[in-house]
Amino acid sequence: MSESHSNPTASPIVSVRDLRVTFTGGKKPVEAVNGVDLSVARGESVALIGESGSGKSVTLRSLLRLHPERRTRIDGRIDIAGHDVLALGSKALADYRGKVASMIFQEPLLALDPVYTVGAQIVESIRRHEAISKEDARKRALELFERVRIPSPERRLDAYPHEMSGGMRQRAMIALALACKPQVLLADEPTTALDATVQIQILLLLRELQRELGLAILFVTHDMGAAVEVADRFAVMYGGRIVEEGPTREVIRNPRHPYTLALMQARADGAMTKGARLASIPGSPPDLANLPVGCAFAERCAYAQPACLQTRPEAVAISPSHQVRCLRTDATVGAMDRNHDTAPDTLSPALAD
Amino acid sequence: MSIGISVEHIGADPHGDRGGPAQPLLTVKKLVKHFDLKKSFLETLNGGGKVVRAVDGVDFKVLKGETLGVVGESGCGKSTTARLLMHLIEPSAGEIVFNGETVGSPALPLREYRRQVQMVFQDSYSSLNPRLTIQDSIAFGPQVHGVPKREALTRARDLLARVGLEPSRFAERYPHELSGGQRQRVNIARALASEPRLVILDEAVSALDKSVEAQVLNLLMDLKDEFGLTYIFISHDLHVVRYISDRVMVMYLGKVAETGPAEALFERPLHPYTRALLSSMPSMDPDHRTEEAPLAGDPPNPIDPPPGCRFHTRCPHAEAVCAQQVPSLESENGREAACLIHEPGSGHSDARAAIYAA
Repeated sequence: MSESHSNPTASPIVSVRDLRVTFTGGKKPVEAVNGVDLSVARGESVALIGESGSGKSVTLRSLLRLHPERRTRIDGRIDIAGHDVLALGSKALADYRGKVASMIFQEPLLALDPVYTVGAQIVESIRRHEAISKEDARKRALELFERVRIPSPERRLDAYPHEMSGGMRQRAMIALALACKPQVLLADEPTTALDATVQIQILLLLRELQRELGLAILFVTHDMGAAVEVADRFAVMYGGRIVEEGPTREVIRNPRHPYTLALMQARADGAMTKGARLASIPGSPPDLANLPVGCAFAERCAYAQPACLQTRPEAVAISPSHQVRCLRTDATVGAMDRNHDTAPDTLSPALAD
Repeated sequence: MSIGISVEHIGADPHGDRGGPAQPLLTVKKLVKHFDLKKSFLETLNGGGKVVRAVDGVDFKVLKGETLGVVGESGCGKSTTARLLMHLIEPSAGEIVFNGETVGSPALPLREYRRQVQMVFQDSYSSLNPRLTIQDSIAFGPQVHGVPKREALTRARDLLARVGLEPSRFAERYPHELSGGQRQRVNIARALASEPRLVILDEAVSALDKSVEAQVLNLLMDLKDEFGLTYIFISHDLHVVRYISDRVMVMYLGKVAETGPAEALFERPLHPYTRALLSSMPSMDPDHRTEEAPLAGDPPNPIDPPPGCRFHTRCPHAEAVCAQQVPSLESENGREAACLIHEPGSGHSDARAAIYAA
């Protein structure tokens, strides 16, 4: 385990060092996250990308300490805007949530309280953190609703969550998350449950808020397309670790981890020729209660060598800002372009998963 | 892919086919489904009350051996249409003609129709019986249709092998012992067990991870060729629909907005809604991000759909006439669009005059 060496006054507003999250509630401990290092600069947006069970949401939730304390072991260090998150007491934690960092969720209907109006929930949140009158808090709530472009905001403040449409609810939840002017916005699959024409509206709204309020956004998604629209930087997770990290453009154009590469090629894209087979990744994601000794992706990897089964690869720097945890980065040079020309069936030796 | 097991007894029976290859396998005429909302006492007496117009007069055809992709946003009626096709819910009005016979007529009783049309659902877990092993689940349907148990089980194991699940390892397992991708393979095998000709895939790959989704899509393409199947593929994922479909139908608020060959429709969408939907797709190009959302707001509620063209409230080209006149589905060169701009003489300023109306 590497030692924690973070400095709260350094430039990144979010700094995660060697984060390990283990759920101990079941028969076997589940190592959902094992050794994540991540930093987000002020005003930067980073997408955490991965499939179900890759540890992306667990990482995100750790930043607000949302996991049940008794059944979770969290090691490592998380610093957000000068707060040592893992050391906060319960009062300080409540002050920190919403004020310094806040979160929006995939399903606003479950995240919002059904028995209070949306306006009342925002007012409550503001008054929890600031000593201001109800009237002023409501004025702030109205401004927030205008900020996230909810039509007829005055009327909507008195609406209950079920009275709003899906896109409107997501806007209301963003308004709630922004109520106490946090510096960091954590978003857990914020557009997955939305329709295509609404999804793009919310993505554009997030981008605009990032730019105008100087928010740092950490955005969890499985959808590469949505991530490209919002993120400055990509961090791809697999088996509880970040396997590739770099600027969006570099990761998309020149993915160097075989998993990222395979994900890019498995997309049914507009450019596909009819009848051509999709490049699929054989097998299924690893069992987190039973992680292999070596690289978690090795048994599904087209480039795997015996050494991959023995050692967990350390990060290799492709460029100063682009890092990959793989032993075979030599083999993936230019692989994206190679496979675009030929039939991309090279990655599916077997069907069984 | 070849496996050493005979699968001849699975798939379309060529002798059951009627008409030529040009006759549509499925024709849907004026299909309507209205759901009544809870009524007050007075409304019950007066016969009033609100209805959800989930599917409101839908016409389409599915040709033999093709894949028809159905896209649209939530509330557009695509899943209700699928359920109506299976007669899982009764249509309020309309007719479904399968293989030249009206469904439910003496010539094609519902039971026989349901053998020939099968469905795969989005949630792979809740659509399997948790108390049956997967081979029993797959063999259940054929047994209902009179196949002896032993034969049904053999068929089930053959199908498991065909969808890539080794029968000796998987046949005795229960659904909770499988991963999502494996369970969806079981659901596909179960749909094929009764030798259907048409399979309705309702968001069948939407819940799967991208890497697993590609495996299942490849499998679906292989099975289609092998068993001569016809698919109706319902999805909100436009990339996948474009990849897998021969023809695509776009729905909006219970109506068909546009249909056409997949490539033509994606390259040159006719209906303004299709255009907006397609440009809502994330660009995947960090240098050319989407700068403006093509549409504002959410799709309206199907309880009180707008009059006239249902899209006029969000349409950038809407004119006064659009709020009054319901566009009909005009067809030209194998493409259909329900938009007044494409309806000659409709009164919309961009529409052509009614010259070619013959």
